[in-house]
Amino acid sequence: MHDFSYLRPKTLAEAVAAFKKSDDGRYLAGGQTVIPVMKQRLASPSHVIDLAAMPELKGIAVMDGMVMIGAMTRHAEVAASKDVRGAIPALARLAGGIGDPQVRNRGTIGGSIANNDPAADYPAAVVGLNATIHTDRRQIAAEDFFTGLFDTALQEGELITKVAFPKPAAAAYEKFEHPASRFALVGVFVARTKSAVRVAVTGAGSCVFRVPEMEAALTKSFKPESVKGIAVAADGLNSDIHGSAEYRAHLVGVLAARAVARMADKAT
Amino acid sequence: MPRISLTVNGKPVAHEVEARTLLVQYLRETLRLTGTHVGCDTSQCGACVVHVDGVAVKSCAMFAMQADGAYVTTIEGLAPAGKLHPMQRAFHENHGLQCGFCTPGMVMASVALVKGNPDPTDAEVRHGLEGNLCRCTGYQNIVKAVLAGAKAMRA
Repeated sequence: MHDFSYLRPKTLAEAVAAFKKSDDGRYLAGGQTVIPVMKQRLASPSHVIDLAAMPELKGIAVMDGMVMIGAMTRHAEVAASKDVRGAIPALARLAGGIGDPQVRNRGTIGGSIANNDPAADYPAAVVGLNATIHTDRRQIAAEDFFTGLFDTALQEGELITKVAFPKPAAAAYEKFEHPASRFALVGVFVARTKSAVRVAVTGAGSCVFRVPEMEAALTKSFKPESVKGIAVAADGLNSDIHGSAEYRAHLVGVLAARAVARMADKAT
Repeated sequence: MPRISLTVNGKPVAHEVEARTLLVQYLRETLRLTGTHVGCDTSQCGACVVHVDGVAVKSCAMFAMQADGAYVTTIEGLAPAGKLHPMQRAFHENHGLQCGFCTPGMVMASVALVKGNPDPTDAEVRHGLEGNLCRCTGYQNIVKAVLAGAKAMRA
């Protein structure tokens, strides 16, 4: 790894200013992706700006039917949070299934969604729950945030401060995980509000996506059978040694039905 | 070079380090605490697990700078000299290791697991050790050891 200058700002303003001043700065959240990437010299930033000392980015709050999670909140904190478990249990369960315990003790929600790994879990929840991403300069709707493979709507130096999740009537996340990495081969987040159902898929494509046909069918009749027969096209889906595009397309339907079944179990 | 000061196994330490120094490098090469191992160096295997402010982390996926001001416990600091921690004794008694390379990380991960969940089930132990790989034992005796260690820690 190439050496760099390490900075640990205490406020949002300091962090953004430090980024602006650096030639090739990089924010450091939990480091569970960026540090391995730097080890491989796939990134060699001139300045590493550690966000760990900024109280503005921490904490979980529930208000007005929204769950607000600070960008530097660790996965383990989300998984264990009584507030999150009470308001959106599916989100706590998702956080508790990311990586392994040590990764969950370091990795953060802000880091995960800024990185937008195609197999990451959080993007499915952010899109499925129709969350809003707050940054140092604006608010971004989930739909507009994830723009492609490892790509987001974040501008140069823009920093996520928190993610606001509206509380759904019910939600569930089901993933078919890779047994070694625990990344989602496919993960499906289903959320039901008073008026609609959202189905968000991670792991299958280059970026999280929704399945409108399933959403329409589930809005009409919310039961696992409703998604049967709705084929997801394999075109453009990920294909690798772990699973073909066709297999991943098939898993979307299986996991969507499992998520709906899990929600139905809770209701009875 | 930047300077860090932290507490490792109860002792205050301070050194100048390159910013790129990983916590595991600092522990092994500067402090000569070689009980913490580097297995994969890609944050998969868990041989490098230590506790930072009481929380289990992979010390190969953290910069030493990030531990500035923290309390770090390594396998060397788990029990007073000449004694074994109940979890270490449980690994010994249950043949929870063969080559021993993964053992420091396994023990550190297990102690953290039991602190959060004093009476785990077999399945909870397996889930809790997902970040630790052993290439010898097939895990049966490791799980047995953690369950025995948990029982001993409750006593």
